[in-house]
Amino acid sequence: MEYFIELFFSGLTRGSIYALIALGYTMVYGIIGLINFAHGEIYMIGAFTSFIVATVLSILGFPLLAIFVIAALAAAVWSSAYGFTVEKLAYKPLRNAPRLSPLISAIGMSIFLQNYVLLAQTSDFMPFPQLIPEFGFMEPIAGIIGSSDLVILLTTAVVMVILTWLIKFTRIGKAMRATAQDRTMAMLVGINVNHVISVTFIIGSALAAIGGLLIASHVGQINFFIGFIAGIKAFTAAVLGGIGSIPGAVLGSFILGLTEAFATGYVSSDYEDVFAFSLLVLILIFRPSGLLGKATIEKV
Amino acid sequence: MISLKDLKNAFLVSLWFVFLTFPLMVIKVNPFERTIDWRWQNMGYVAAGSFICYLASRFFLASKAAKQKKQKLLDIPDKPKSDWQQRLLSEPRLYLPVLGVILAILLIFPQIFSTYQINIMITALMYVVLGLGLNIVVGVAGLLDLGYVAFYAVGAYSYALLNLHFGLGFWAVLPIGGLLAAGFGIILGFPVLRLRGDYLAIVTLGFGEIIRLILENWNDFSRGPSGISNIPRPGFFGMEMTLNQSISYLYYLMIALVIFTIFVVNRLQNSRIGRAWFALREDEIACQAMGIDKTRTKLSAFSLGAFWAGMVGVIFAAKTTFVNPASFTFLESAIILCIVVLGGMGSIIGVIIAALILMLLPEYLRAFSDYRMLVFGATLVLMMVFCPLGIISTVRRTYTIDKNLKTSNDREDYT
Amino acid sequence: MNFSTKMFSLLSAVALTVAFSTGAMAGDVIKIGIAGAHSGDLASYGLPTVKAAELVVKHINEKGGINGSKVELMVEDDVCKPEVATNTATKLVSGGVNVVIGHICSGATKAALPIYNEADVIVMSPSATNPALTQSGDYPNFYRTIASDDAQARTEVDFAVNVLKAKKIAVIHDKGDYGKGLAEFAKLFIEQGAKAEVVLYEGITPGAVDYSAVVQKIKRSRADAIIFGGYHPEASKIITQIRKKKMDTIFISDDGVKDNTFIKVAGKYAEGVYATGPADVSSNPITKQYREEHMKVYGSEPGAFFDNAVAAAIVLTNAIEKAGSTDPKAIAKVLHTQIAETPFGEIMFDEKGDAIGVGFSMYQVKDGKYVQVK
Repeated sequence: MEYFIELFFSGLTRGSIYALIALGYTMVYGIIGLINFAHGEIYMIGAFTSFIVATVLSILGFPLLAIFVIAALAAAVWSSAYGFTVEKLAYKPLRNAPRLSPLISAIGMSIFLQNYVLLAQTSDFMPFPQLIPEFGFMEPIAGIIGSSDLVILLTTAVVMVILTWLIKFTRIGKAMRATAQDRTMAMLVGINVNHVISVTFIIGSALAAIGGLLIASHVGQINFFIGFIAGIKAFTAAVLGGIGSIPGAVLGSFILGLTEAFATGYVSSDYEDVFAFSLLVLILIFRPSGLLGKATIEKV
Repeated sequence: MISLKDLKNAFLVSLWFVFLTFPLMVIKVNPFERTIDWRWQNMGYVAAGSFICYLASRFFLASKAAKQKKQKLLDIPDKPKSDWQQRLLSEPRLYLPVLGVILAILLIFPQIFSTYQINIMITALMYVVLGLGLNIVVGVAGLLDLGYVAFYAVGAYSYALLNLHFGLGFWAVLPIGGLLAAGFGIILGFPVLRLRGDYLAIVTLGFGEIIRLILENWNDFSRGPSGISNIPRPGFFGMEMTLNQSISYLYYLMIALVIFTIFVVNRLQNSRIGRAWFALREDEIACQAMGIDKTRTKLSAFSLGAFWAGMVGVIFAAKTTFVNPASFTFLESAIILCIVVLGGMGSIIGVIIAALILMLLPEYLRAFSDYRMLVFGATLVLMMVFCPLGIISTVRRTYTIDKNLKTSNDREDYT
Repeated sequence: MNFSTKMFSLLSAVALTVAFSTGAMAGDVIKIGIAGAHSGDLASYGLPTVKAAELVVKHINEKGGINGSKVELMVEDDVCKPEVATNTATKLVSGGVNVVIGHICSGATKAALPIYNEADVIVMSPSATNPALTQSGDYPNFYRTIASDDAQARTEVDFAVNVLKAKKIAVIHDKGDYGKGLAEFAKLFIEQGAKAEVVLYEGITPGAVDYSAVVQKIKRSRADAIIFGGYHPEASKIITQIRKKKMDTIFISDDGVKDNTFIKVAGKYAEGVYATGPADVSSNPITKQYREEHMKVYGSEPGAFFDNAVAAAIVLTNAIEKAGSTDPKAIAKVLHTQIAETPFGEIMFDEKGDAIGVGFSMYQVKDGKYVQVK
């Protein structure tokens, strides 16, 4: 039973990280119907920015808590800036183009950003400073759940609550939902759609940046390539839950994380990804629009 | 042409990029020595670079707009370029000589250029066929497939394994590889029949990954990540060939395959099933209402698309003489998809041009060494931004009925 | 008629250029090809070799080159992909390369070798450790300045079973060409030895965000020791999570992990980790010299396989000098018969192409440094 609980928590940690990245995918998809392949790279840039800032601050001798807060803020600010710029440069000119054109533009952007970081920084793995301390009160259960796992879970939970509030009750949230439902109609009722799209990219990127900071601190290292796999997994999670749906992305992420953990624990980690993708195929066979996605009924 | 306002905007843009690239471009930390390297000169490069790029793009857009305006004033038809393209493509009198010249150049290519040039040309031709194959699925039938590389892997491994265990030769496996891949296409097709658009995309992506992971993990079957080496090159009636000869041979073989592919794909597109695919792409419901069997149409698109990937896979294994799962990653599928979209969905000539550009570009960009992939990524974005419809938009055969005559066989090209 | 004469003259011109471009010497330039991953996710394994060759060649050219001819580098990226490696190899061969240092990954090397073989070019890899490269006899032109995987797995298993007296061993790998190959040998040797048992044999997914599930599984298997086949990024993630879970399992790994980056990235968690690596060479004057130069010229510590690459560059240039020509047969003869001074001390090559004198010893991380275990 202990083994089961351990695996459960390890799945939850994975799921939380996927969720932070998947939200960006699902929000962007919900609004402009684009699979933003460069989103994984935004996550990577967030991790890298926080790595640079945190290392500079720790060399300058700042206290740990201050480093954590400033690094998180810097990561969020710069990732959002990148997200915003990428949208303006690579997607906005393609608003009315065929559906696949922005997808290719996104793939190109992803390759560009990866190599940009490779050239501007380094190809080596860099040690990420441990920003989450080992809490004393966690000592008795350290074998089951570590301090950084706890912080990741809590942060994800808090972020979910804030995001839900933002989408449900604020003006911009309502504008976002309206744009997601019908862009033309939203324009007609006076919503500045370009503004809404920019905000969506900014929020999505900031979430990814926080994910980047947390996971980099959890595993203790980064390089320019980390965004690729994390991005694909998060995208899978978003589709699993029904792309475009925010609770769906979270649910999908946890299901994916838990599946991987249990597949590793009870079968073999050789095939963890095979399990993850097979589950995806199975779910989509029975629910073609994902778990919480709305089935699109086409009216003719 | 450049106003003061443009200069002010350019200044703001460069200021934004200086801010944007500040942590990554300027600061370089060394966490081991605990030192910080401030590379202020990079800030200058970014500022100057973005300033110039902005002005250049303004200039480009302004001149384009001016040209359009002029055309409107003079009442010149809007698309002289595509008219010219289509005339070239539709009249045998015009396109046959061009085709002849291209063919002649292609045929004497190995005599003029070095083995290296021939080799990368073979790679480029392989991607032409892959692009044309995927074009059936994505461009014509409109099914977004992100796992096309799986079929390519099936082909490559079928040659490697059949040769290893049963000693089958290249020519025997070429059709087998294609058919096996087509079979896998049907296997993939069944579960995804109900899926649409991006859900389809992720399932195909997953399928591609599953195939790769199985090849990686199932050692007894595929020898795992260390791969299979010493795969024989294609034989020519048992003749012994030097490396140069066999590369030239492979080149001609690829030319033949490309021509064969173009022929078949072209015939397919204008056939009954081809028109069904187009219909499926445009509107699934209307298509079913017209009595087209959706299941059969979709499965045939998947399997026929996969068939080409399987054949190219066999050639790939014969060319590199070595296969391992690392060659069949998602990035490969993405590149093939880029070829199709960049070429203009559904357009055969577009796909060929795009394949040549995308495959030859990174090779000739080797001069830029480190900046190679950076330029490649940027090129993809720029090409999409400046011609979102692809290089050549599709020319579809249309049938018009002349009202004066009861029936007519005249056909015109759709613009 | 006219066409065919033109064609003929063209062909003969091509043939002549080809004939002249091979085997030319004295006063000419000597071209050394450097092939490996210089971009993409494995760039950090390929780039140090370029730097090593640049440093060695700089010295040689400052002294006036080899027998009066300058040395020129032809650096080509293969991204560690077999299909790109064949293009890289044909490019180098078409460019008239004399010898090649590379490729970095075993898979890419296997794909490229038939091409070099055909063109009769000597290839020396600083890092391709797959046993078949030398042991199969398929690639007579291939040499390497690193020992093969099976020798390494043997060292690891012997150490775990005989020195550390481990009874239950978990064998973990990263599913890659290198890591999985090594893990298979380790598993085989443990089972053959019959003194210990393999309680867990698993592949992990490189680049995954978190390895805690695998760590739980190791914990559950009650292994006394882990033998890990793979590179340092995964190794440091796993060891960090193992130690954070308060497990004191012995961790033994390979020379993909015996890299200072591992200690720096894993920090305090690296303490006590064992890794096999080439015999300690840090006191060797050549090693010292090149490491210092790297620090001076590139402003950072050298990366993976740097010493091996320096050795390969020295051995090859030395062999060309002693052979007095770029004729592959003459070079091969020197490689097999004469000793060269390298960062690994004096080495020469056996008939299969493996370096004699480049073996493995066991290291342990003590106080943030790899210290050889006596």
